[in-house]
Amino acid sequence: MKVGVVTFPGTLDDRDAARAATHAGTTAVSLWHNDADLKGVDAVILPGGFSYGDYLRCGAISRFAPVMEKIIDAANGGMPLLGICNGFQVLCEAHLLPGALTRNHELHFLCRDQKLEITNNQTAWTSSYKVGQEIVIPLKNGEGSFQCDDATLAALEGEGRIVARYVGENPNGSRNKIAGITNERGNVVGLMPHPEHAIDPLTGPTADGLAFFTSVLNAMVK
Amino acid sequence: MALDTVAIAQANPDTTQPFAELGLKGDEYARIKEILGRRPTSSELAMYSVMWSEHCSYKSSKVHLKQFGEKAVKTDALLVGIGENAGVVDVGQGYAVTFKIESHNHPSFIEPYQGAATGIGGIVRDILTMGARPIAVMDPLRFGPADAADTRRVLPGIIAGVGGYGNCLGLPNIGGEVVFDETYIGNPLVNALCVGVMKHSDIKLAKAAGAGNLVVLYGAKTGGDGIGGVSVLASETFDATGPAKRPAVQVGDPFVEKVLIECSLEIFSEDLVVGIQDLGGAGLSCATSELASGGSGGMKVELDRVPLRDATLSPEEILMSESQERMCAIVEPKNIDRFLEICKKWDVTVTVIGEVTDGERLEITWHGELIVDVPPRTVAHEGPVYNRPLAKPEYVDRVNAEKISVPRPETAAQIKETVLKLAATPNLADKSWVTSQYDRYVQGNTIQSQPDDSGMVRIDEKTNLGVAIATDANANWSYLNPYEGAKLALAEAARNIATAGAKPLAVTNCLNFGSPEDPGVMWQFAESVRGLADGCLEMGLPVTGGNVSFYNQTGAVAILPTPVIGVLGVIDDVRTRTPMSFDRAGLELYLLGDTADDLAGSEWAYMHGQRGGKAPIADLQREMRLIDLLVVGRTSQIFTAAHDLSQGGLSATLTEMVLRHNIGAVIDIENVGTTLISESPGRVVVAVTPEKAAALKNLANKQQITITKIGTTGGTSLIINGADISLTELRKAHTETFSKLFG
Repeated sequence: MKVGVVTFPGTLDDRDAARAATHAGTTAVSLWHNDADLKGVDAVILPGGFSYGDYLRCGAISRFAPVMEKIIDAANGGMPLLGICNGFQVLCEAHLLPGALTRNHELHFLCRDQKLEITNNQTAWTSSYKVGQEIVIPLKNGEGSFQCDDATLAALEGEGRIVARYVGENPNGSRNKIAGITNERGNVVGLMPHPEHAIDPLTGPTADGLAFFTSVLNAMVK
Repeated sequence: MALDTVAIAQANPDTTQPFAELGLKGDEYARIKEILGRRPTSSELAMYSVMWSEHCSYKSSKVHLKQFGEKAVKTDALLVGIGENAGVVDVGQGYAVTFKIESHNHPSFIEPYQGAATGIGGIVRDILTMGARPIAVMDPLRFGPADAADTRRVLPGIIAGVGGYGNCLGLPNIGGEVVFDETYIGNPLVNALCVGVMKHSDIKLAKAAGAGNLVVLYGAKTGGDGIGGVSVLASETFDATGPAKRPAVQVGDPFVEKVLIECSLEIFSEDLVVGIQDLGGAGLSCATSELASGGSGGMKVELDRVPLRDATLSPEEILMSESQERMCAIVEPKNIDRFLEICKKWDVTVTVIGEVTDGERLEITWHGELIVDVPPRTVAHEGPVYNRPLAKPEYVDRVNAEKISVPRPETAAQIKETVLKLAATPNLADKSWVTSQYDRYVQGNTIQSQPDDSGMVRIDEKTNLGVAIATDANANWSYLNPYEGAKLALAEAARNIATAGAKPLAVTNCLNFGSPEDPGVMWQFAESVRGLADGCLEMGLPVTGGNVSFYNQTGAVAILPTPVIGVLGVIDDVRTRTPMSFDRAGLELYLLGDTADDLAGSEWAYMHGQRGGKAPIADLQREMRLIDLLVVGRTSQIFTAAHDLSQGGLSATLTEMVLRHNIGAVIDIENVGTTLISESPGRVVVAVTPEKAAALKNLANKQQITITKIGTTGGTSLIINGADISLTELRKAHTETFSKLFG
């Protein structure tokens, strides 16, 4: 199974995402922002970073990259797509997911080991978790506060589309402590914290993040 | 201003020139005239003024720094030594590591965010220029008192700048220092370290060899920022009444630098450059003259080809501009098409601005008119050298004679109060408020970062080879005795990587001092360099490069002498490192090393307003035996944890150890009034399982290191000689300080 990892100019966690995908037993394929070809991949990860310097708004320029056109089509056709951090911001800008990520309420970049509760294991990226399972993975961003209007929030809550919530103190002011959400179909997931940095306790706080990548492998094998 | 050409300079030898405003002394100006056999053109004057500035020419420090070469140990580990952009060290398995530390002190005082950000940017480009992929940064910082109004102005901006730039480059920040002292008010120190890794065969040098090869400028366009930065900013003492100097601070764009890094690494991987230099201090003046003098000497540059952000810039301004995120490469004509293609892929602006010639002159034209015609070596390497007067300041003997008189913690109540006070004082308090603004995870190879003794990164995922780095300075000791202070800082940095089990390999330094025109400051500097050179020779560690920052003073008040020493070490398997703390009960705790009544320069003395006494004398032979013990203990897996003792002594070390994994300890020590607060060098606390205690004692005896059992781990308190300090209370004291101060 091939997982594409997109590199935009300014992407930082592409090698980490590829390492995590490889660790989980998939084959990582790098995709360049300027290519209009998905190289036959079965799933795609939009990794973290500061694509196009986060100029204008985080993710606002990346959504227009040539590779995104193909990715949006494929995602609308059901292909698993995970946006991590800056990738989540790109998914919101591309309207594959609702809402927006705004500046952290304390106005600082914040890097810390964050406890999350998995609240939906019916997506392509979370099926290896149990609902209610608590995991610790790194959170690191300046614009991670998830915001949306009341109707959208009600829909996300009502349809069980909140994939993960922050446990304990709200680190960034996200509505309802939302750390990650999914689309109606469950193939597109956006997540602010970084599971790719938690695949081995040697280099991360835990190995709790690996199951995001084994989940997609399971989803495809099914 | 009309264009000043070489022809005009020859025709009008007596034109008055603003050399003094550009920071040149009268005799320096005369020397330029002597070299050229005529007055310089205004462009040549601009080049000489920036390149002969203190910052670029090391004119006051050179006579002292040469000791690093003269006293150097013979080592095969050093692949590239002092003089290039950064030194390169062999770490085995075909890997080479390059690391360097630089200061960006003055710009960060004027414009904290941009000053600190471009400090990171500059050091990262130095590492990239060697052909290496940058893999981590560190930031030793020093500020005025934590509660001073100006500290509240500069600290948040500097932290945000270090984070804003480093995070956006995708470089993990793996450590540093945050130290407060009143002498740094008005002169905060922002030192930045970067480490990079490459294969031996990928090393690049700053030389322009081969007539007909092309001079290629790539990266950001040139703007009006940072003009004269080196001469005006870095080489003059701040004057409180002087004009605002903000236009001389550069403005950085980390996105451009990130793209420049990836673009350059792709260019290097295809071996498309003969030589390369980044544009930092002194901009194009530096890059062209250094590249030319690194080769055969001849180079022609058409300055009007340089892409500009501001079309009104004069040639003098273009030569002096310190616009960030620019690189200059020497490329063989056969490779230029591929070079341009890679730049196009990354959307990087690239322009061929000249070529290498077989002459010996650097010739620069502006729309066809010759405006610079100089021997490049006279600009880059043959600047003035000063043997500045130095004299031991009168304060030294006076403060050395002072006796320290501080409260000694003897009763349980006093012990508890002392531990809590030390845990909360800004110099020792938890620095998470700072480090949580830095990305420590990116690249996925970070093994250790703050608050560990050292930063450690894996460089090979298959073999688990890694490097560890620590930076240290103890300015209080350097103030009392700069010679010993430098040696002690070296020993501490080496010990800080050895506690994890890494073997020290090489040294870099950032020497922060007041004005070299003050004989007392110059003495502090000379003594520090002598101490560091002697120390490195004794420990068998080569100095791979460094940086000098003078003029860190406001009026007559200089900063404490602050030589920041960085030590890099190698560890063959990062999985076997010794962690800084214990995660379970039932372990035995031992203190390695001897404790004397060393309160001079200690944090406890500083908290009681005392700066006097005598600094400890470094015993580097014993330090080396302790390092051996720590490295051997790691490879034979004796330790469960090991943590250095430094500022705050045993009290601070135990605080950090018990809070790390929230496991308490029961401690029983003799002579508690000294043992708890003394800062005797060469000490480490180790935790071992009871089964390993005998092996530890054998190892200590073999290395002739004093070993004292001080307690066991477990419980929810730190209990010292019966004084019970709950971890909750200790954590509150340790962690509240920064958020209270800085919000």
